[in-house]
Amino acid sequence: MTSSTTPRKPSSERDQPKLVGRGLSMAFGPVEVLHAVDIDVTPGEVHAILGENGAGKSTLLKLVSGYHAPTAGEVILDGTSRRFRDPPDAEANGIVMIHQELSLVPDLSVEENVFLGHERHRFGLVDRQAQKQATRELLATLQTKVDVNRRVRQLSVSQAQMVEIAKAVSRDVRVLCMDEPTDVLTGRETEVLFDLVRRLTADGVAVLYVSHKLDEIKRIADRVTILRDGYKIGTFDVTDLTPAEMARRMVGRDLADMYPAKAALADDAAPVLELDDVSVPGHVEHVRVALRKGEILGFAGLVGAGRTELFEGVIGLRPKHGTVRKDGRPVRWSHPEDAKRAGVAYLTEDRKGKGLLLSKGLRENLTLQALERFARPFTNIRKEQSALEHSVREFDVRVARLDVHAGALSGGNQQKLVLAKLMLTTPDVVILDEPTRGIDVGTKRQIYFYIAELIAKGTSVVLISSELQELLGVAHRVVVMQDGHVKGIVEGDDMNEQTIMAYATGLRHDPTLSAARPEVLHGAA
Amino acid sequence: MARPEAVGSPAPLWRQRLGRIPWQQLTPLLGLVLLLIVGSLIHPAFLTTTNLFNVLTRSAFIGIIAVGGTFVIIAGGIDLSVGSMAAFLAGAMILVMNVLSGNDLAPLTVVLMGVGMVLVAGLLAGAANGIAITRGRIEAFIVTLGTLGIFRSLVIYLADGGTISLDFTVRGFYRPVFFGSFLGVPIPVWAFAAVAIIGAIVLHRTRFGRYVRAIGSNQEVARYASVRVERIRTLTYVIQGVCVAIAVILYVPRLGSASGSTGILWELEAIAAVIIGGTALKGGYGHVWGTVVGAIMLSLIGNVLNLTAAISEYLNGAVQGLIIIGAVFLQRGRGGR
Repeated sequence: MTSSTTPRKPSSERDQPKLVGRGLSMAFGPVEVLHAVDIDVTPGEVHAILGENGAGKSTLLKLVSGYHAPTAGEVILDGTSRRFRDPPDAEANGIVMIHQELSLVPDLSVEENVFLGHERHRFGLVDRQAQKQATRELLATLQTKVDVNRRVRQLSVSQAQMVEIAKAVSRDVRVLCMDEPTDVLTGRETEVLFDLVRRLTADGVAVLYVSHKLDEIKRIADRVTILRDGYKIGTFDVTDLTPAEMARRMVGRDLADMYPAKAALADDAAPVLELDDVSVPGHVEHVRVALRKGEILGFAGLVGAGRTELFEGVIGLRPKHGTVRKDGRPVRWSHPEDAKRAGVAYLTEDRKGKGLLLSKGLRENLTLQALERFARPFTNIRKEQSALEHSVREFDVRVARLDVHAGALSGGNQQKLVLAKLMLTTPDVVILDEPTRGIDVGTKRQIYFYIAELIAKGTSVVLISSELQELLGVAHRVVVMQDGHVKGIVEGDDMNEQTIMAYATGLRHDPTLSAARPEVLHGAA
Repeated sequence: MARPEAVGSPAPLWRQRLGRIPWQQLTPLLGLVLLLIVGSLIHPAFLTTTNLFNVLTRSAFIGIIAVGGTFVIIAGGIDLSVGSMAAFLAGAMILVMNVLSGNDLAPLTVVLMGVGMVLVAGLLAGAANGIAITRGRIEAFIVTLGTLGIFRSLVIYLADGGTISLDFTVRGFYRPVFFGSFLGVPIPVWAFAAVAIIGAIVLHRTRFGRYVRAIGSNQEVARYASVRVERIRTLTYVIQGVCVAIAVILYVPRLGSASGSTGILWELEAIAAVIIGGTALKGGYGHVWGTVVGAIMLSLIGNVLNLTAAISEYLNGAVQGLIIIGAVFLQRGRGGR
């Protein structure tokens, strides 16, 4: 489907911009992050905002939806200049935002969340039945099967995101602002979301859509505004630009070589990390794979396939059964510290919840995992500081000052900081779980090249990723998991999207993998 | 984070300098200075060495316990049992010393063995709290609410519902530990200072201290960074128990007795001292020096009220309560961190 199928009635009202931002600037303290940006969106249109992390996309969205007041410029709704007091004020005017970070209350039910702040009343009391019914209908249109009585805490991330979307469209929405809504969604859910967007635009809703996924923008948007470093590069009709042209404008240079050349893997490369019949109760069963020295071993699978749980089990974050061998010797890791001593480091997929102390400084975050190197027995702050300066340079963490707290960094820079923190433990096996999730193209490329550098130094890497392109571009072999089992291990000519998806969705599976045959461990095809 | 001044009109230099001082962090200290000024205006005897040393000596018990509490609270925990634990340890210590003294041991030996026993007992009591919380995965509030009741009833049981009194000869020998001075400074003040300095070094300058703050800030992040979260959290309760034991070592020679009403509400005073000192109740952030200031402020309030007729000293608790709420209100600007 392309945007050209979106019905566009040639009425004059439709061509009137619904919402206009004129000369919008935003400064946090002395740092201006957005410089006089113009944007407008008309009813029935999807207007995408594209840019690298830190380019100002989310900030721009927050200015037009009342989360921040601009330091300069104005927001014009239906031809009148408006100044929204707060998000509810903007919502009352039909401008509704779907958040990048989920804004649901974990301990309230799905239904209570959807109607939070907009409860329906009957006889002075909240009409729970009516709310539940309305929520069920909303979720049905989103093809999401979730019990409306469940607490949001018990939902998966993608289910919660769908509830968040349901909550947004339950309001009387005229302008829908979406901030990277598909980051945590599965492919099917993304399709459902796009259907919803098409239905809303057909009803005359104006949509502002922030994303860094070029293919999505190509599919769903009518126009795209590209930002770089807080400046507007331009607004284009999506049909006028190829994804490559968009990417070039976004990062300011060519991205032809997104992935570094794959280093050749020696035929006799010794296994460094072997999983022999490893199970993680409730998540993963009987996994046998081996990572070889100097290899990048990809792990593909849909959300819930058990990839994260498998490796959390391996390094001692979860209980597990079976045998793990490091450099040929069986190991018993009951705590991540044991794995750290053995030279194995795991990068969590949950950067904000498990990777960084958002309210602490960069220095404290950087050295947390390798603090024994900086505290003998008293913490040597000067040594930590010079390690920070070194890491900021090595990993190209872009930050104006080193004394900010980690939460102030953009997503890509946070990820670089977590990587730097991990590497301070000098591991020779690195397990990266979704290392590029929510990160702009330029930073992604930097991370791929950094992984290549690691391999050149003799490190071995496990790369868990939900982006097939990334796995195909970087990994030597790809292990495909589905529903807690390894369904296939692909390499060479088999490494293509169709084969991997067939394994990941359970359409195919390699029967040799479930049998106890050690020769498949080393991936001899 | 402080919002800088509007761009374009640079503030004068003195205002820039003033703006750079972390006022919110300094609120406890400012409160202390304010109390000192008020006190000296009210009564000429207030600013004398004797009076101030009296205040410091009285703040030592709560202060030493609160230094331990700073670790517990920064790590995201709470210990409600410290008052009862102090009463139980005091009762047990007196009983042990009485038995030893009945066996014709020299008073020095008796006191040293009593001190050794109470330190070990405090350590074990803290470890019991910590292990129940971390290994048993029970809320700290619940566990220590339980041990609050247990320790309290144990001391009443040991005292058979009455009072446990220390043997007369031992008492005479032990008295100077509370009433004596060294270089003109009362012994409890030395002990308070030593505990605070060691506590500050451990909290701010060691790996353990960094882990305590990391765990309080986000336990999951610490766990994923291969920090032994359960061990560190348990150790904070052990530190708390040892601090209670040290406070008991100073407290026993003061009255020479323990009963069911010993240490009543100390847990709340200790928590109040920690919070007035700027430590976040939800954990992750705090200073030992703030706790020291908080403990001194609490006993200064009582002292100032004693010296003035303007407010009844029976209102001591009300004034303390207002100051606790006010302190947290003034520090609220830091809330986001």
